[in-house]
Amino acid sequence: MQNSKKIRVLIAKPGLDSHDRGAKVVARALRDAGMEVIYTGLRQTPEQIAETALQEDVDVVGLSILSGAHKTIFPRIIQLLKQKGLTDVMVFAGGIIPEEDVPSMKKLGIREIFGPGTPTEAIVKYVFDNVSIRG
Amino acid sequence: MKKVEELAEGVLAGNIHSIARAITTVENNPPEAQALVARIFPHTGKAHVIGLTGPGGAGKSTLIEKLVREYRKRGKTVGVVAVDPTSPFTGGAFLGDRIRMQELSTDPGVFIRSMASRNYPGGLARATKDAVKVLDAAGKDVVLVETVGAGQSEVEIIKVAQTVVVVHAPGLGDEIQAIKAGIMEIADIFVVNKADRDNANKTAMDLQTILQLSSVESGWKPPIMKAVALTGEGVAELVDKLEEHKRFLESDPESKMRLLKAKAEAELTEAIKEKVTSSIMENLKKEGKLDECVQKILKREKDPASAAEELLREKGLE
Repeated sequence: MQNSKKIRVLIAKPGLDSHDRGAKVVARALRDAGMEVIYTGLRQTPEQIAETALQEDVDVVGLSILSGAHKTIFPRIIQLLKQKGLTDVMVFAGGIIPEEDVPSMKKLGIREIFGPGTPTEAIVKYVFDNVSIRG
Repeated sequence: MKKVEELAEGVLAGNIHSIARAITTVENNPPEAQALVARIFPHTGKAHVIGLTGPGGAGKSTLIEKLVREYRKRGKTVGVVAVDPTSPFTGGAFLGDRIRMQELSTDPGVFIRSMASRNYPGGLARATKDAVKVLDAAGKDVVLVETVGAGQSEVEIIKVAQTVVVVHAPGLGDEIQAIKAGIMEIADIFVVNKADRDNANKTAMDLQTILQLSSVESGWKPPIMKAVALTGEGVAELVDKLEEHKRFLESDPESKMRLLKAKAEAELTEAIKEKVTSSIMENLKKEGKLDECVQKILKREKDPASAAEELLREKGLE
């Protein structure tokens, strides 16, 4: 019987950025590593992201943000994911997040943050090493 | 098994978490998936299942977004299963159908699920029909299934949907493309999307010409509708037509029964194939016979069909 678990990843762009090259490069790298990547496009609200993670039953959420609004938006997303019972979903982030904000973001529950210049292989490896595949 | 029971209860109660997890279960197909489908199966058969197929770029996702809005306006709950292709080389997939539907994602009356084809042929995934059952059992009034961008022979959708909509758009292919069999023959409704474009009338006329040549006889003559999915133009009329087709199916119990019977038979056949093949293959692999035969084929000592026959005869199955 075909019994193949796949890692499902949601790549989301919260907030008002209008530039998603980085998110698409990451999505592509994860796809090429054999994962199923759901991409939802620009300007997603925290509610849309959490609900999509729920309906798509993803193992991983990757957030890409460049606008500087991460301190407002990320806590809201994490809170909504928790509210929906998605406590076992691994969340990572990328984009422009200043060094001094990294500790507070990690404390919030963002597992890892990848800045500009990160090789995609590093992100792929991180996901493989840290994901817990559900159901 | 307790887990399956809980999951099934959740699906039947319409719990979003359970629906999502149940679809993952039928996709990954562990042993308990069958028990899950068995448990919800008696509660299926109520939803109007509509398939949307057609070439990539015709506007299927955008049209679905507008269809969902129209159905919601009419008080119906909606499930969507959107299939995109899996890479045959890496096994990965980029699922982007949701981009056009994201505004619907926070509507509690709508459940959208992206699905990778996982190399199943015919424009769907192996688990699509079971995902539809999950949404049906969860009480969705309408379930919309979007196939991968389909060419001419991706007709698997007729096994899943009661009403098939073939979406076309001007400039995607000439009349010769339309003459080809397969996808043209499975449509209950044609939509010429992007109807605000110059040559939309010609596309509609081409379709009309082909339809006149078509020999499929049933009481339903597939209409050709025009729409502009981007603005929503023609979408209300399309929903009217979809409802008309549903009433048509119900008005003729005999042909409806014929349709249901054919579908049930096809699904049973497929299930038998899957079960028989997987148990035989497992067995052959365990005994090392499979590799033995592969070697013979590689050395050109035996052709694949004869090798298969021999193996099955040994098992007393031929």
